[in-house]
Amino acid sequence: MSETGKFDTTNILVVGTGGQGVMTATEILAEAAIALGHDVKKTEVAGMAQRGGVVSSHLRFGPKVLSPQITPGSADVLLGFEAAEAMRWRHMLRPEGLVLMNTGRLVPPIVELGLYDYPNDPVAEMRAAGTHVVAFDASMIAQELGDIRLGNTVMLGAISDHLPFPAEVLERCILKRFASKKAELVELNRRAFAAGRAAAEEAAKAEAAAA
Amino acid sequence: MSAEAAISTPPVAAPSRLLMSGNEAVARAVWEAGVRVAAAYPGTPSTEILECVAAYPAMYTEWSVNEKVSLEVAFGAAMAGSRSFCAMKHVGMNVASDALMTMTLTGVAGGLVIAIADDVGLSSSQNEQDSRYWGRFAHVPLLEPADSQEAHDYTLAAFELSERFEVPVILRLTTRICHVKGLVTVGERHERPVAGFTKDVGRWVMVPSAAGRRLPLMFERERRLRAEAEISDLNVVEPGSDRRVGFVTSGPAYMHVRESFPDAPVFKLGLSFPLPFASLRRFAEQCEQLVVVEEVEPLIETELKAQGFNVTGKDILPLSGELSPQVLKPAIAHLLGEVLAEQAKTAPMPVFPRPPTMCVACPHLGVYYTLSQLRNVTISGDIGCYTLGFGQPWNALDACISMGASMGMALGLDKGRSDAEKDRKIVAVIGDSTFLHMGMQGLLDIVYNRGNVTVLLLDNRAVGMTGGQDNPGSGRDIHGQEAPRVDFANLVRALGVRDERVHVVNAYELPVLLKTLREETKIPEPSVIITSQPCVLIKDYHALKPYTVIEDKCTGCGNCIDVGCPAIHVTRRDRVTKASGREVDLAFVRIESAACTGCGLCLKPCAPDAIVHVDTLAMPIRVVRKTAELTPGA
Repeated sequence: MSETGKFDTTNILVVGTGGQGVMTATEILAEAAIALGHDVKKTEVAGMAQRGGVVSSHLRFGPKVLSPQITPGSADVLLGFEAAEAMRWRHMLRPEGLVLMNTGRLVPPIVELGLYDYPNDPVAEMRAAGTHVVAFDASMIAQELGDIRLGNTVMLGAISDHLPFPAEVLERCILKRFASKKAELVELNRRAFAAGRAAAEEAAKAEAAAA
Repeated sequence: MSAEAAISTPPVAAPSRLLMSGNEAVARAVWEAGVRVAAAYPGTPSTEILECVAAYPAMYTEWSVNEKVSLEVAFGAAMAGSRSFCAMKHVGMNVASDALMTMTLTGVAGGLVIAIADDVGLSSSQNEQDSRYWGRFAHVPLLEPADSQEAHDYTLAAFELSERFEVPVILRLTTRICHVKGLVTVGERHERPVAGFTKDVGRWVMVPSAAGRRLPLMFERERRLRAEAEISDLNVVEPGSDRRVGFVTSGPAYMHVRESFPDAPVFKLGLSFPLPFASLRRFAEQCEQLVVVEEVEPLIETELKAQGFNVTGKDILPLSGELSPQVLKPAIAHLLGEVLAEQAKTAPMPVFPRPPTMCVACPHLGVYYTLSQLRNVTISGDIGCYTLGFGQPWNALDACISMGASMGMALGLDKGRSDAEKDRKIVAVIGDSTFLHMGMQGLLDIVYNRGNVTVLLLDNRAVGMTGGQDNPGSGRDIHGQEAPRVDFANLVRALGVRDERVHVVNAYELPVLLKTLREETKIPEPSVIITSQPCVLIKDYHALKPYTVIEDKCTGCGNCIDVGCPAIHVTRRDRVTKASGREVDLAFVRIESAACTGCGLCLKPCAPDAIVHVDTLAMPIRVVRKTAELTPGA
C-alpha cells in the first residue's frame, strides 16, 4: 500500500514491449477495480510502442486517485511481460513490493546486431539485489495453449492472487471481453487464466522453499 | 501485498460513468455538444480524438490533408453557423497558425473549438512546445483540463464560451491528458439549430481596411474574457491549511500538485488565458509565498511577474518535461529549507535500450537496406516510421525536422553544397501522407528551381506511425469507405518531374531499387522513385509463406541481420581467423517463423542460400500472429 497523498492507493505497473498486450491487460485490471467501485487512473506513454519499443502502463486505484503516474519506488506490484523489461522497471517498485514476471525473452535487433548484451539471468540478478521475484515462463504456457496472444491472460492469472480483491472478479472481466465472440475463445482464456494463476502459485512456492 | 484496506468504502460507480482516455472524453463531448463538422490530421498524442469522433453518428468527420486545412474546414463550418471542431498535435498548430491568426479577427458564428495536444516529455515528437502561447499570440481563450472528466466538461464549456464571445477557443491537452484513462460521467447529444451563413464582407473578407476595423474588437473581446476569467467556474481556489506555499497551476500539473501537497492552498486555472489577475492577487494575499507550477514554459509566471506578483516558478522547477510528484516534492522542500524524509529506494538496473523498430516485413526495411549501400550521399529525411532509418543497422538518414521538410532541405543541401562535395548525391525520403501534407510544395520548388535531388516517395498507403490512418493516398476515408485515391506518379509529373525521371518500384525488389537509385542519383535533375507496397499493419497487406534458416547451411556471415528485420535472431556467435590473418565475427541466425510473413528481404543478402520457405523443411509451424516478436529462451 503506497501512501502518496491523502488517500490509500494501490499502484500496479505493467511493463513489456509493443504488441504484447500490456495496455489491454492494464485496462482489464482497471475494469476489475471499477467493478468494485474504486476510482481508477491508468496511464502510459506509448507513442512509439507499436514499433516494438518499451511499454509501461501505470494503474492506480483506490477511493480517490489524483496523479495518474506511479512515483518511482512506490509500485506495489510490477507485472513484467518480458524478462529484461521487468529488470528495466524494477526501480519503480517499493522495496518490499513484488515482481511477477514472464521469463520469456524478446531480443531486439539492437542486441542481435551485437551492440548490446541481453542480461544473463534477469531473475537471479533481481533477486540478488534483494527483490521479491515470482517468475515463470508465461510465453511457453501461451504457446502450449496454442496462441502467443494468450500471454496477457496468463499474466493476469498470475497477478490475480496478489490483488486487493478476489481473483474471480478479474477473471469475469477478462471473459466478459470475449463473451460476444466465439465460445472457444472464452474457454481458451479461462484456461490461460487458470494456468497463469497455477504457475505463479507454484513459482511462489518454489521461491519460498529456496529462500 | 497489504492493499486490502483499499476495498473498505469505495463509492458506487454509476452506469453513466465510463473509463475513458482524455481523447475519448473530448470526442464524447464533441458529440454531446451538437457538433456537425470535425476535422483533423493524425498526430500523437491527439490521433484518437478524431478516430473516436468518427465513430459517433450525426457528424461530418474527415481526415484532412494537413492541420491547416482541417482548421479551415472547421472554420468554414463555424462561419456557416454550425458547431465545429478540429484536433491536432502541438506541431500541427505551427502549420495551422496562418489560418488561426486571422480567424481571431473575424471570430466565429457557430462555436469552434480547437484541441491542441502537447507532447510534454516528447514521447513521439520532434520537439516539446507549449501551445499555451497560441492563446496569447492569437488573443483567443485557452482551457486546460486536468483529467478525463475535465477534458469532457471543458470541451462542452469551450463551445459555450466560443459562442458567447464569438471566438475560436483552444482546448490545451497534453499526453498525460490524452492517454490517461479515468472515470467520466457522460451525457447525451443536444442538437442545435444552425444559423446559416450570413454574408458580411466587413467581417468575413479580411482585407487590410476590414481587418483594421476588427483589431479593436479583438482587444475589447480579450478585456471581456479577462473579466469572465475572474468569475468563471473553471478557475477554482482550494484553500489549504498549510499556507507556507500557495500554488498556481493548470492542466495535469494540478493533479501532481494536489497529490504532493494535500494541505496547500491551490489556485487551479481551468480558463488559463486570459489570466484573472484580481482573483490571483486575492489568493496571493492568503499565502506566505506563491509558486507557479506549469508545463512547460513560464507563461503564467512571467505574466504574474509583469503584474508585480512576487512568485517563484522556473527558477526552482525544470523548463521541460512533466512536473510529477518526484520533481515537485524535492523542489518545494528545498525552497522551504526542509530535508525530505529519506525514502527507501529501489536502485535502477542497467538494461540495453529498446528503441522502436520497423515491423517484420515492413516495406521500408528494404529501402533503408538499399540506401545503406550507397556511398557519397546525404539523405534528407522526414516525419514518419521511416525516420527510424537513421538508426541501426541502416544509419541511412541524415536530417529530419518537420513535416515535408525533406524536400526543401534537400534542395538547400544541393544549392548550398561546398566545392569539395560537388559530386555528392542528395536523396530525400518522404512517406505518402507526409508528401501530401506538406511535401509536394517542396518538390514543386525543387523542380521549379532546377534542383538536383533524387526523391524516394515511400507510398505505403497509410499514416503508419500513428496507427495506419487513411489519407488521400490510401483510397479510403476516415470511415474506411472508398474514396478518390491520388495517383502519385501523375501527381509528381504534374508538378513538373519529367516522365522518364519518374519510377514506380516494388519495395521488396532490392536489385531493381538499387539500380534505379544508382542511375537516378547520377542524373543531375529532379527524379522521383515511388515505392509501392502497403504498410504491414493495414488490411491491404497480405502475409506470405514464412521463411526459416537451414541451420547447417548458415555460415554466420550476418548479412541478413543488416536488413534490420525483428524476426531474425542470433543463435550463436563465434570468431574465426581467416587465411589472411584477419579476425571475423560470426553470427549464426534463425528466423522467428511464427512472426515472419515471407517478404523475402533477407534472401538476397544471404550468401549461402540458407533461407528457405518453412514447408521446404517439413517442420511444423504455427503462424500465430502477424508481428509476434516472441523468442522463448533465446
